[in-house]
Amino acid sequence: MKNLNRYGYAFIAPFWIIFLIFNIYPVALTFYYSFTNYSGSGTAEVVGFANYQRLIADSYFVEAFFNTWKIWGVNFALQIVIALILAMIFSDARVKMKGLSFFRSIFYLPNLITVSSVALLFGILLDWQHGSLNMVLMNIGLISEPINWLNQPTTAQLSVSLILTWMWFGHSFIVVMAGVSGISTDFYEAALIDGANRWQTFTKITLPLLKPILLYIMITSLIGGLQLFDLPMLLTDGIGSPDGSLNTMVLYLYNQAFKYNNYGYAAAVAYGLFIITVIFSAIVFKSMYGNERKQARRV
Amino acid sequence: MIDRTEIENNVTPEQLAKRTLLPQEKNVKKRRSIVKGIIYALLILTAVICFIPFLMMLVNATRSNDAILTGFTLIPGTALMENYHTMMEYVNIWNGFKNSLIISVLVTLLTGYFSALTAYGFAFYSFKGKNFLFVFMLVMMMVPGQLGLIGFYELCKNLGILDTFIPLIVPAIASPFVVFFLRQYIQTTLHPSLIEAARIDGASELRIFHTVAIPIMMPAVATMSIFTFIGSWNNYIMPLVILFSPEKYTLPVLMGFLKGSQVAQNLGSMYLGIAISVVPIMIAFLFLSKYIVSSISAGAVKE
Repeated sequence: MKNLNRYGYAFIAPFWIIFLIFNIYPVALTFYYSFTNYSGSGTAEVVGFANYQRLIADSYFVEAFFNTWKIWGVNFALQIVIALILAMIFSDARVKMKGLSFFRSIFYLPNLITVSSVALLFGILLDWQHGSLNMVLMNIGLISEPINWLNQPTTAQLSVSLILTWMWFGHSFIVVMAGVSGISTDFYEAALIDGANRWQTFTKITLPLLKPILLYIMITSLIGGLQLFDLPMLLTDGIGSPDGSLNTMVLYLYNQAFKYNNYGYAAAVAYGLFIITVIFSAIVFKSMYGNERKQARRV
Repeated sequence: MIDRTEIENNVTPEQLAKRTLLPQEKNVKKRRSIVKGIIYALLILTAVICFIPFLMMLVNATRSNDAILTGFTLIPGTALMENYHTMMEYVNIWNGFKNSLIISVLVTLLTGYFSALTAYGFAFYSFKGKNFLFVFMLVMMMVPGQLGLIGFYELCKNLGILDTFIPLIVPAIASPFVVFFLRQYIQTTLHPSLIEAARIDGASELRIFHTVAIPIMMPAVATMSIFTFIGSWNNYIMPLVILFSPEKYTLPVLMGFLKGSQVAQNLGSMYLGIAISVVPIMIAFLFLSKYIVSSISAGAVKE
């Protein structure tokens, strides 16, 4: 029996060999580069914390940080509200809506499409003069003049947020629905007997019990959102126009490394991004579960 | 409320179904059906909003550049073949398709097989350092892909595998999340006594894995494979960094290339190019939608 356990190593060996070479080594190498002035060729000179000092003072990175948050935040708020409303509609025992699987599929469809295709499609649909969106909006009389969606900072950011919402609300809806259907109907029957209305049922039963699911959506969405790259890269000129409003953190990282050959600095940007992701994931986690623990202790 | 319970107590269900509704119940029913109508209308509107960009894409793909510039209509044009020839003159989109397909299929197969192998190793053998390795893997799972991007590029440069498919395919052997998911799955579905029985029958360890564990893991592997395939198919930043030669571009990179090429002058061809990249996914989704939806639900609830 004992000697069989050696097979365990053999079974996990391929994974670990590849993992070490293509995952851990690059992460460590990037960490090393973040302390050098490496420029893609020649030798890397160690410069200590210079890259990190530059990062904190870099107005473009700070701008990218806030842009990323603005774009993600608007999108997330919209997406989660839509998902919750939809889940409320489809889970209501009294209204009994039909067509759940049909609507779910349609709502989810945009999520499957390659982001670069989505970016290209919206790039030409939102075009100022020749874009079909402006033409349609003008035809039905919603606007009198074409809106230059992608050429003004506010509308450009809003466009990206709305495209992200369009891509992701169906996914969130599916996940929320999965959570809702996991809630025991006993709770709802009890609420019905107690005479709770829909809103009370929703805020006092559904929402609290959905907390783990909402946390899951929020953290996965946050991690994805902080890595926003494809859309801003392909919607405009690839460096964050107009006025740097679409300059996101990963776009900045990409351009610093592969456009300007500042590998050392880009490596520091990568680690800055990583630290930010960890901090905010921890905050989200704490704010959702910290209260609960305090309450539990009080009881 | 009181008379209602009396009625329900004294009559049979058949009578109950036929009984005339109380006035306030009628009101509630009427109001409810109006509300239901409004909700359906809103849902259909949302569905239309979801679909309209695709519709615009499909219609515009059949219209000539001049027609698109003059305005939008839902009536298809006649310039489909013309658009196709203009696009193919500059960008061979089928080549991108082929490249994406080769990479995604290989990535999916490698991820499925080696993740199952690793998950099995973690679940059914006890060896020194097992727990440490597993926890370490979980920690690394949280690390976003971009963190090692620069080091990854340098590594590939030093190995001389830039501008090849190797860096896009081989790393798929190590997919921590899939390993994690499969280990959770196999621990609850495969009983150790089954493995013992196979051992007594004289099967080798690898053979047990192939003939006992793999069939049991198959549903979970299939679930993960869908996401692996979609993720690989949609991956943009990696091939963008690794590949230089246009004939090796994957579909997403080719889309970016399309934007910067001469094709961008002709909107009809642009729309057609995008449509060709989108439509196969839509068709695949038609057949797989139920499966995909339940996979997403399962993945979220299991967390």
